[in-house]
Amino acid sequence: MQFLSAGQIVLQSFVRLMPVWASLAIVLGLSLAFRKKLGLYGHVVQSPTGFVGLFLVGFWLFAAVFGRAIVLFDPLGQIAEMKDALPGAIDPHSGLPYLFGGDKLARDVFSRVIAGARIVLIIAPLATLLALSVGIALGLPAGYFGRRVDSVLSFLANLVLAFPIILLFYLLVSPGILETPIPYTLAAIFFAFPIVLFGVFFVAGYRAQPMKLAIRLAATLLAGAWLFATFVFDADPFGLMRVSPSTLNIFIAVALASGPGIFRIVRSLTLDIKTREYVFAAQTRGETPWYIMLWEILPNARGPLIVDSCLRIGYTTILLGALGYFGLGMPPESPDWGTMIKESSRFMRIFVHPALPPALAMMSFVLGLNLLADAIREQSLRD
Amino acid sequence: MAEPVLEIDRLSISFFTRAGEIPAVMDFSCKVMPGQAMGLVGESGCGKSTVALAVMRDLPGVGRITNGSIRFEGRDMASLSDPELRAIRGSKIAMVYQEPMASLNPTMLIGRQLMEVPLIHDKVSKEEAHRRALDIVKAVRLPDPDRIMRAYPHQLSGGQQQRVVIAMALLSNPRLLILDEPTTALDVTVEAGIVALVKDLTARSGASSLFISHNLGLILETCDSVTVMYSGEAVETGRVRDVFGAVRHPYTQGLFRSMPLPGTNKNDNPLVPIPGQLPLPYERPQGCNFGPRCGYFVAGVCDRADVPMHEVAEGAGHMSRCLRVEAIDWSASAEKADQFKPVEIGPDVLEVDRLKKHYRVAASAIFAGKEGRAVKAVEDVSFSAREAEVLAIVGESGCGKSTLAKVLLGLETATEGLVVFDHEAIQNRPIERRPTGTISSIQMIFQNPFDTLNPSYSVGSQIIRTLERFRVGANDGERRETMLGLLDLVKLPRAFAHRSPRQLSGGQKQRIGVARAFAGRPRVIIADEPMSALDVSVQAAISELLMNLQRESKTTMVFISHDLSVVRYLADRTVVMYLGHIVEMGATAQIFSPPFHPYTEALLSAIPIADAKVKKRHVVLEGEIPSALSPPKGCPFQTRCGHKSQVPGNLCEREVPPAREVADGHTIKCHLPEETLRRMEPVFS
Amino acid sequence: MASFLARRLGVMLLTMLCLTLIVFYLVNLQPNLRKLAISQTEMHATDQELEGWLKKNGYRRPFFARYATWLGVWPREPIVDPATGAAIPRFSWCDEPTTPKLSGVLQGDFGCSTKFKVKVVEKLGPALEATGILMFWVMALMIPVALVVGVISGMREGSRTDRTLSVISIATTSTPEYVSGVVLTIIFATWLGWLNGSAAAATEGHLSFYNFTLPVVTVSIYGMGYVARMTRASMIEVMNAQYIRTARLKGLGFASIVLKHALRNALIAPFTVIMLLFPWLLTGVVIVEVMFRYQGFGQALVDAAGNNDIDLLLACSLVSVMLVLATQLISDVGYAWLNPRIRVH
Repeated sequence: MQFLSAGQIVLQSFVRLMPVWASLAIVLGLSLAFRKKLGLYGHVVQSPTGFVGLFLVGFWLFAAVFGRAIVLFDPLGQIAEMKDALPGAIDPHSGLPYLFGGDKLARDVFSRVIAGARIVLIIAPLATLLALSVGIALGLPAGYFGRRVDSVLSFLANLVLAFPIILLFYLLVSPGILETPIPYTLAAIFFAFPIVLFGVFFVAGYRAQPMKLAIRLAATLLAGAWLFATFVFDADPFGLMRVSPSTLNIFIAVALASGPGIFRIVRSLTLDIKTREYVFAAQTRGETPWYIMLWEILPNARGPLIVDSCLRIGYTTILLGALGYFGLGMPPESPDWGTMIKESSRFMRIFVHPALPPALAMMSFVLGLNLLADAIREQSLRD
Repeated sequence: MAEPVLEIDRLSISFFTRAGEIPAVMDFSCKVMPGQAMGLVGESGCGKSTVALAVMRDLPGVGRITNGSIRFEGRDMASLSDPELRAIRGSKIAMVYQEPMASLNPTMLIGRQLMEVPLIHDKVSKEEAHRRALDIVKAVRLPDPDRIMRAYPHQLSGGQQQRVVIAMALLSNPRLLILDEPTTALDVTVEAGIVALVKDLTARSGASSLFISHNLGLILETCDSVTVMYSGEAVETGRVRDVFGAVRHPYTQGLFRSMPLPGTNKNDNPLVPIPGQLPLPYERPQGCNFGPRCGYFVAGVCDRADVPMHEVAEGAGHMSRCLRVEAIDWSASAEKADQFKPVEIGPDVLEVDRLKKHYRVAASAIFAGKEGRAVKAVEDVSFSAREAEVLAIVGESGCGKSTLAKVLLGLETATEGLVVFDHEAIQNRPIERRPTGTISSIQMIFQNPFDTLNPSYSVGSQIIRTLERFRVGANDGERRETMLGLLDLVKLPRAFAHRSPRQLSGGQKQRIGVARAFAGRPRVIIADEPMSALDVSVQAAISELLMNLQRESKTTMVFISHDLSVVRYLADRTVVMYLGHIVEMGATAQIFSPPFHPYTEALLSAIPIADAKVKKRHVVLEGEIPSALSPPKGCPFQTRCGHKSQVPGNLCEREVPPAREVADGHTIKCHLPEETLRRMEPVFS
Repeated sequence: MASFLARRLGVMLLTMLCLTLIVFYLVNLQPNLRKLAISQTEMHATDQELEGWLKKNGYRRPFFARYATWLGVWPREPIVDPATGAAIPRFSWCDEPTTPKLSGVLQGDFGCSTKFKVKVVEKLGPALEATGILMFWVMALMIPVALVVGVISGMREGSRTDRTLSVISIATTSTPEYVSGVVLTIIFATWLGWLNGSAAAATEGHLSFYNFTLPVVTVSIYGMGYVARMTRASMIEVMNAQYIRTARLKGLGFASIVLKHALRNALIAPFTVIMLLFPWLLTGVVIVEVMFRYQGFGQALVDAAGNNDIDLLLACSLVSVMLVLATQLISDVGYAWLNPRIRVH
């Protein structure tokens, strides 16, 4: 078997990732060039932490986008000769290298890490968004109305928070549970939140203008219908996305784990913002509570929520990895980073190379998100 | 001549930020002589606090002294080593801060915080330190000194906390005391007590002081000399009686003219606001900083080069930064603004009868039961407001004025009593059950302009939303036009419609707040201290705007305030509230002359007056305002009243006095016999 | 204070009831019961036989009755052989009461572990002890390091030390246990050979620096950065507070300002964070115990869940929920104690 030298591995990996570098150069270059006009984002790009954060997150984002063009092999495909092949080994059939070597089942680690980025970058942000809409929809009224509403909702949130996450995962993401209606019920409830939230948002804001309201409500309902069809029933009418029941289950578990945390943040932000005089002013002109919550309070809570969402996407990525590590939800051959780490760590004493790339991928992506969140927080505090 | 304790010479300070160098203080000189008090006065952002911090050599990280020197007892502060500096701080120079609560360590007992001073500076034993701390607590007249020593800061009221801070500053007999707006966060009657205390203690210890304030009246009462600052520069300085008696800078003159002084009122002598606004630090004009706002501005003279301070003819040490001192006729009175005929007062629009509002403060959590105590925010309030009338409600914190406003607006419902608007009882109708007409008829102008606009939307869209709610205009186009019309009405350029609130100054935001309140052609406007958060010169402009709008639209205005000088200037009738009760009510002139309610007397005496010609009788109240959670039995004012002994048989502690009519429309709620009330001396003479 | 505690305990009990009910429901779902029946009967049992086994062993009794029995507020009925009339145990290795009596969690009877074929208590006791030892060392390492790092970097915001320590802290919070565990093992066990990549021996009482360092460090790293960041933020806020300026202008030196005035105020927030970190660390503990083959609570949880060991899983849930609630209570009480401003009515 032939091998590439270390230098060649680096060079070839660099070349394979060309679309990523090009996109990064364009995006970051433009951002830096126009940083003066970009407000807060401009300041973030300019700060060292922000730049590194954006670079890392952007790297994995574009790696996921161009994944199919970057990979050299099918991430699930096995080539018997390449079992445990060291980095740089060249596949005798195609003449292409296993840049980061092969794993126990003779699959290309490089291709799997890139393919894993796709999985992580779809599930983590979407699940966070889902949790965000749940947290907002419940946190706003809890903070705004206070009293009983707050007591009941806070009790529920604390109930979920008192559940150790690992236990939640073991109970919810077990194969057996897919035979029961529980995941689908939970999914239907969760996915109803964004739809209802948008519905209420438009109703509260455009009550006086029926035409505008009707158009917006129709759009919300259509989007909601697609969301339900795709995610809950795995029947995307356009055939764009497939969400298997086990993926759905992961969504639910992760959203359930993140939801209460977001709820608490939204609640405390609401408690703070509702004492402002512009909220008082809205009350004195007779606005409805939901108008005040969604149109007066929420927009002013966006800063801390953006920072928290960044951190939370990272945290969700870590949770996804933990799920993979425990072999929950994901199929065992899945190229997601958690599963890869688990599979390779069993043979770590003998072969190091299959374990290191997914571990570093996970670390760098989460690090990027954390740095980005830190930069946003710091820059927004400065003005 | 004695050596000055503090000598600041041509001091310049800049902040170095992301946007580059921003000069905060330029060419500032001042001398504080032994035993003298120097007042430093100016509007927000003029650099007066920066000077104080520079004296303490405690500028924030981005601030640096770029020129000049600060000499304390002849030594250059910049040359001191760290240990030398520490030895001076807190022992020879001490400071009293604006927010006493924030200035005390929340997790440390008062006693320990006080004891630290002698422990560090005089290296005394713990027992000795404790003894000294206890002595000083007694000296600042805090009740129950032993308990205070063992208390945490949050267990004291604002006034008590400030006394602790003063005690801490005086513990080591400092040569120089720096007071940075020491009473701004306090109620007026509490402020009067603190001012009297500071004057007394500094006089006794012979310390010099540097008194920083935005309030000219307070400076007049406390200081020997004064320096007026504008936009980072001292513009006028001199002995208090020289400066107050013969103003020699147009800015100082403008400040005096924009303040309501005794004897003025909105119809005969309207205020003259200073036009324009404070330049941003990086947009200062060429030449005289005040030039663009100055009525005496002469192009080619004032906008050439930086103007130096120079001595003016009258009075020793009286200096001004105006080039045209000699050319200006300082004795000429201000160009008379238009005088107004008093508006005819119409019929009753709003009537409040024996209104009561109690809150329950529940003890949170899911099992919250019946426990919790009642806050008696409004106990017994009756008054009426007539069309085209300005009715002032005066009181300090906790008097129930804000709760009253909430009940009128429908944000709270009454516990008992009546609120009648347009012959309809609305006290139990929350805002969501009020028809749009009623909602737009009773509107509010808020206290804090920085908070009154939603930072997420443009100015115009916020006004348009209000118009939508009030069903003004048939379509978007019409509402746009109306909105632009409202901007004209409050004298803002139409281009402001697209601005975001953060691009507006405080005064401009408050104008938007006014426009929004007037959007639905209100019959009643409730103005909750609409000027108290603004600088003096801006206050005048806003108050003139409000008065003009109110006069033209014949709106009823309920003007809530704690500032009696403003009230006297603009109110037709005045209601004085204390702990949920109306203690005195009548035409404004009646309130300001005897017979008084004892509380009104103290309140009047507490207002600092920036007019050296006015003589004021000092009535300082003891103690603090009781909490509305546990109001005193009997008369609400009995715990602080100086006349209580004149009422026989503990009547004050047993019964709430009845409201007695002492003249036509003038009622006083007091047990004192009418003759005693009538014999009271006037506060001003 | 007493009524506050009573109310908190009430809420805790309610939370505990709700949570155990949910867990009880989830572990007793039909697919899980079926798997249990399959594992307890012979291979190739028919559906009827499985159903018979479940029925015979009381798994078909009404849900709430079984929950009440498990809880110990409803008597446990022994399974009686219809032929002899004598009580027969559910599992041969596990003796249960032979007469109807209250025997549930409240009485200390946690049931039988089908995976380990012992009483749950016998399995869980040693496991908890092992995990306790692990947690002790984790805390002993993590808290001091995190607090010191946080205080030092927050003391002078923006300094070079602060920047360096901040980046390190952020990096550690980005490194979950299963990543740091892998990386550390590769470096210290595989390459350098200084430390053991397995802590199996530690469970048997041969705890040593050699076999225990990697698990402890792995769990600590993830939380350390987080606590350090919180401490830093808190410290920065305090150092910018006006009362620190008061202390400075009183003439205090930097060291006394930090030690006497800043520290106590700055540690209030991290204290809460540390307490709330316990449930969060649980995940890490589970991962590390599995990764380093340490027979503790986490390993028991994984085994119970993986093998459908209903009683053991229920007991594990109960323990972890209690841990979470207890730390929440301690965090509230401690917060009130540290912060005189918060007076609990």
